[in-house]
Amino acid sequence: MFSWDRWREILDTLWRNKLRTTLTAFSMAWGIFMLVVLLGLGNGLQAGVQSSFADDATNSIWMFAGNTSQPAKGLPIGRRIVLANRDVGAVDELRKVDHVTGRFGIRGNGQFGGELQIRVGAKVSSFDVRAVHPDHLYLEKTIIKAGRFLNERDIDGKRKVAIVGIPVATFLFGNTDVIGQWLEVNRVPFQIVGVFDDDGGEGEQKKVYIPITTAQAAFNGADRVNQIMFTVGDADVDESKAIADEAKALLAETHDFSPDDPQAVRIRNNVENFENFQKIFSMMAIFVSLMAGCTIVAGVIGVSNIMMIAVRERTKEIGVRKALGATPWDIVSSIVQESVFLTASAGYLGLVTGVGLLTLIGWAVPPGEMFGAPTVDLTVAIAATVVLVFAGALAGFFPALAAARVNPIVALRDE
Amino acid sequence: MVRLSGINKYYKVGTHALHVLHDVELTIEEGEMVSIMGASGSGKSTLLNVLGILDSYESGEYWLDGTLIKDLSERKAAHYRNKFLGFVFQSFNLLPFKNAVENVALPLYYQGVPRRKRNKLALQYLEKVGLADWAEHRPSEMSGGQKQRVAIARSLITRPRLILADEPTGALDSETSEQIMDLLTDIHAGGITVVVVTHEAEVAERTQRVIRLRDGKVQDHASSPRPQASGERSGGLSGEKEAQS
Repeated sequence: MFSWDRWREILDTLWRNKLRTTLTAFSMAWGIFMLVVLLGLGNGLQAGVQSSFADDATNSIWMFAGNTSQPAKGLPIGRRIVLANRDVGAVDELRKVDHVTGRFGIRGNGQFGGELQIRVGAKVSSFDVRAVHPDHLYLEKTIIKAGRFLNERDIDGKRKVAIVGIPVATFLFGNTDVIGQWLEVNRVPFQIVGVFDDDGGEGEQKKVYIPITTAQAAFNGADRVNQIMFTVGDADVDESKAIADEAKALLAETHDFSPDDPQAVRIRNNVENFENFQKIFSMMAIFVSLMAGCTIVAGVIGVSNIMMIAVRERTKEIGVRKALGATPWDIVSSIVQESVFLTASAGYLGLVTGVGLLTLIGWAVPPGEMFGAPTVDLTVAIAATVVLVFAGALAGFFPALAAARVNPIVALRDE
Repeated sequence: MVRLSGINKYYKVGTHALHVLHDVELTIEEGEMVSIMGASGSGKSTLLNVLGILDSYESGEYWLDGTLIKDLSERKAAHYRNKFLGFVFQSFNLLPFKNAVENVALPLYYQGVPRRKRNKLALQYLEKVGLADWAEHRPSEMSGGQKQRVAIARSLITRPRLILADEPTGALDSETSEQIMDLLTDIHAGGITVVVVTHEAEVAERTQRVIRLRDGKVQDHASSPRPQASGERSGGLSGEKEAQS
């Protein structure tokens, strides 16, 4: 039902009332702008946190050895629990467990993490060295860029091989073409057999991986393991908890601690954590939608108010039009159409501006742990358009009714 | 053309109803030119509003060109106004942001006539009222007399059967009033029924018949002879249609 005549009338009206048009347009554009920016930043936040999960397998369970906090089997509390290579093998036997790795903390007795001295010729620096099993590849979602990751023969043969992150290679050698090169970890030479990348950001990339058995032998570790990590396939939260309990019970039996002791072996269940985060974000999504809804309602009320004033101002004009044969439908539809047009085009402007700002933010702020690229997807844009048209119609509806009720006699009475 | 029988109309004023039209009986023949006179508060404007289908009435019957105008929906009322009636107001009621042509063409917009066609027709009507040169001017650039002539052109463009003029000279000086009355007389001579509401005797004198209202009642039909009307009233609508197409 496109009527060029109708559009002429509407554009003419809008043009005649530039200030009113501008104010109305601004209130709606601002509302949508805020909405888009809010949604976009919310998405960015979510993307950021999800990328920090993307670093690790979300179906993984981590177990850290600690000190007992409950007496068990007649043994006192405060006893250090030391896991061993055979525990890794035992966990591997559990149902649903697909990838298993241990980690051995090289520095000191159970002192975990921290950086070790890495030397290549005259170049010396400190990087974190992780002594792990081959399956660690799946746990940390390590991406091999060149060469290979650890394999069983490295473990069995206690080979002195290393896989380095891109920043490590670049720092030590100036390039990433480093397969076959040697580096020293605390003065023990290792040959580089692979280069890796990691989505977890620079912190996860500045690592050196070596076979856990080599590290145990070279750095006085016997067969100690500080941490066991494993994935549980497609297990849901309850299943993953059951598996974690099972694994803990197994270790409790082997190492004589109470299966209920929270300190002896601490558990980090990423399946559960991930679901919690999902819950938080769905709550946030609801919250943001609520705020967005309120913003739009405020915009609609604003537009409606201004349209109402416009109808008051145009009472006489509407009266004349009615006397000349305009039906109530003519009046109502033209005002609703005007409102929809104004709201939709202003809202669209707000949408574009908002997306523009988000794009700028995306450029200016590098994606990190807490904040990823702020995005507004197509469905949001389409939904926003539908909402805009609906909002415009709603905003125009009551003023239009008021206009339709204009009594020509009263309107045309001499002032 | 117009037949009112037993029309009663009340306005609610506070708690009691004001009886503004009191059993009005009135017949206006096709091709007549009549004036309605009365003091302010006599109900003459209300009567005009009823005639113009701008206002409703409580009881009685109003027949316009053989159609009963009673309890119409707004849409129907708008349709009849557009089809049968042309309005001329004291304060012209032109749209200030539209030029003369657009103002004259406005009633055709509501008939769905394409823009080009209605503007062309509007220009013809402006010519008829002697304002072809002012086609592109806005009302604010015109004198009162010119504005009223634009308004008259606008009332004529739908080729109405009945022109209702509410104090058409009320805002004009006497010389301009004369010109406007000349124009209305010409229109009447063209076969259109004209009803003028006025309180000016000079204006009333130029019509064939004066209907006097007092306290909402029709006083007397002070009929003046109407020789010219019967001669020039040529076949009503059909003849008129031929003349204009």
